[in-house]
Amino acid sequence: MKFKFWGVRGSIPSPGPKTARYGGNTTCIEVRSDAGKLIILDGGTGIFALAQALLRELPVEANIFITHSHWDHIQGLPFFIPLFIPGNSVRLHGAFDPVSGNGIEKVMAVQLQYSYFPVREAEMKAAIEYETLSIGQPVEVGDAVVTNTLLNHPVIDFGYRIECNGKSMFFTGDHEPYYNIYDPDDADYAEYQALIDEKQASVDAAMRGVDALIVDSSYTREEYPSKKGWGHGTFDGAIAMALRVGAKHLYCTHHEPTRSDDELEAVFADLMQRHTPLPQGLQVHLAYEGLEVVL
Amino acid sequence: MQKLSAELEKRLGSAVESMPAFPKSVQRVLELTRDINCRPKDLIEVIEKDPVITIKVLKVVNSAYYSLPNKITSINQAVVYLGVNTLKNLALSFSTIGILPRQNGAGFDIQHYLVSSLVTANVTRSLCAKFAMDVDQNDAYITGLLLDFGKVVFAQFMPDEFNRALKLSEEYNMPLHKAEEAVIGTDHTLVGARLAKRWQFPNSLVNCIAGHHGPEYPTPLAQCLHVADLIAERLGYDSKGKISARGEVEALHVRFGGDLDKVIRELGDTTKIIEEALQFSQAGA
Ligand SMILES: [Zn+2]
Ligand SMILES: [Zn+2]
Repeated sequence: MKFKFWGVRGSIPSPGPKTARYGGNTTCIEVRSDAGKLIILDGGTGIFALAQALLRELPVEANIFITHSHWDHIQGLPFFIPLFIPGNSVRLHGAFDPVSGNGIEKVMAVQLQYSYFPVREAEMKAAIEYETLSIGQPVEVGDAVVTNTLLNHPVIDFGYRIECNGKSMFFTGDHEPYYNIYDPDDADYAEYQALIDEKQASVDAAMRGVDALIVDSSYTREEYPSKKGWGHGTFDGAIAMALRVGAKHLYCTHHEPTRSDDELEAVFADLMQRHTPLPQGLQVHLAYEGLEVVL
Repeated sequence: MQKLSAELEKRLGSAVESMPAFPKSVQRVLELTRDINCRPKDLIEVIEKDPVITIKVLKVVNSAYYSLPNKITSINQAVVYLGVNTLKNLALSFSTIGILPRQNGAGFDIQHYLVSSLVTANVTRSLCAKFAMDVDQNDAYITGLLLDFGKVVFAQFMPDEFNRALKLSEEYNMPLHKAEEAVIGTDHTLVGARLAKRWQFPNSLVNCIAGHHGPEYPTPLAQCLHVADLIAERLGYDSKGKISARGEVEALHVRFGGDLDKVIRELGDTTKIIEEALQFSQAGA
């Protein structure tokens, strides 16, 4: 199995000279099983460049898994060129939104309203299928298996674990590590802590022992207090997570749109200095557009 | 609006007075959902103090609709799994459903009324999200939910007359509010608005309820409510309103493009909306 980052930015595309090295596109990861099956995690603007590359290997059979419905994870979908070419097949997987009652087809439909996008779904020539997943439902894609886990974000967010012939990876999508909403002297503090611990244990189990753990590391620990509750994690939180679950490689992604390449590297250097030497042989990487990893 | 007789004025006044107060917990949930910085624990505290809301939230969170892997046994646990945003939305719906009476003497189908109100509320919220993005979505939902509450007041306190109005509307295929006007001397928009006022809803919402059968729809929310009412009727959930029975319906505001069918198509799968309303109304029972 191998994977490649096509978009590593959070919230909004951020092109320009200050982000040229790590890239300004929003989230998209291409995964290939050993047999070459195509799995795409999220459809941020990075999916457009991936789409161009796929034109060399038509017909395409794409299995897209959406972590959640926020714009930065879906806004490239209408520009996934294989959708327009007959003979291709695209299967879009994702969660049900209990608040609006919408299934995963909505992330496409919401963007294909005629006033906002000139092509209607009926005019897309590929075979398009939608698969709204229930929590924990595994999906077989050729020789790989993709399993979702409910994580913590303002909307339902699925983290995905992909297994293929003994190798494994996990992508969180957007996720804020669980925290206690009570103060230590509140009566509910202990009960809530126990609930978090239980949920945390089940999430950890879903990530256990992966070869590659790709984590929302939007903020520094200094930035985090003013962003608490927004649904994103920190670099330090990502390392703690990787150590807890025994991951071999950690990839930090969902970079802040305002963070320049130089600032990103400075933040990372500080992080590594504080955590070196890392126990358990854990290796930590900053994700960048074009980074390709073979497991 | 014509002047009401002193006697009718008195009866309406005492009917509105006799309706239960709007529960404190619901007021608090509304206040908290309006505040973007509300602390999760404050919201949980309000919900947990109201056992009725708590039970309903847990019931729906554990339904097949959510298909969570574990049984959720407390509001705290629901927050850990679904997040405080989802909980906010549920609490708002249930706390409002909670104020509906269970039965009445007018032969008015409360269950159908409840589902109709939930459908209208849901459609209003979706319409605002698409066509009037400056309207607060919680305001849209709650106003949609309470739009026809005047009918409940009639059913409770003027059951005989309201029953005659229902029959008149049925027999002569006329809009219910016209039939109420003929039998009672006023319609449910006026009573509903007075009740909302007594419950201290903001004037902007009270006015929407007062004017929800026209002749004008001056604000974006009022326009969305009008269209939501028409769509709910089309879906078969109009709580006996028959608002377009005689085709005398005012034109859609330009923001909707003038074509009701197209607006309905843009809402997507409407069976989902009905399914959700049925789900909620059953949890409310
Ligand atoms: Zn994001
Ligand atoms: Zn997000």
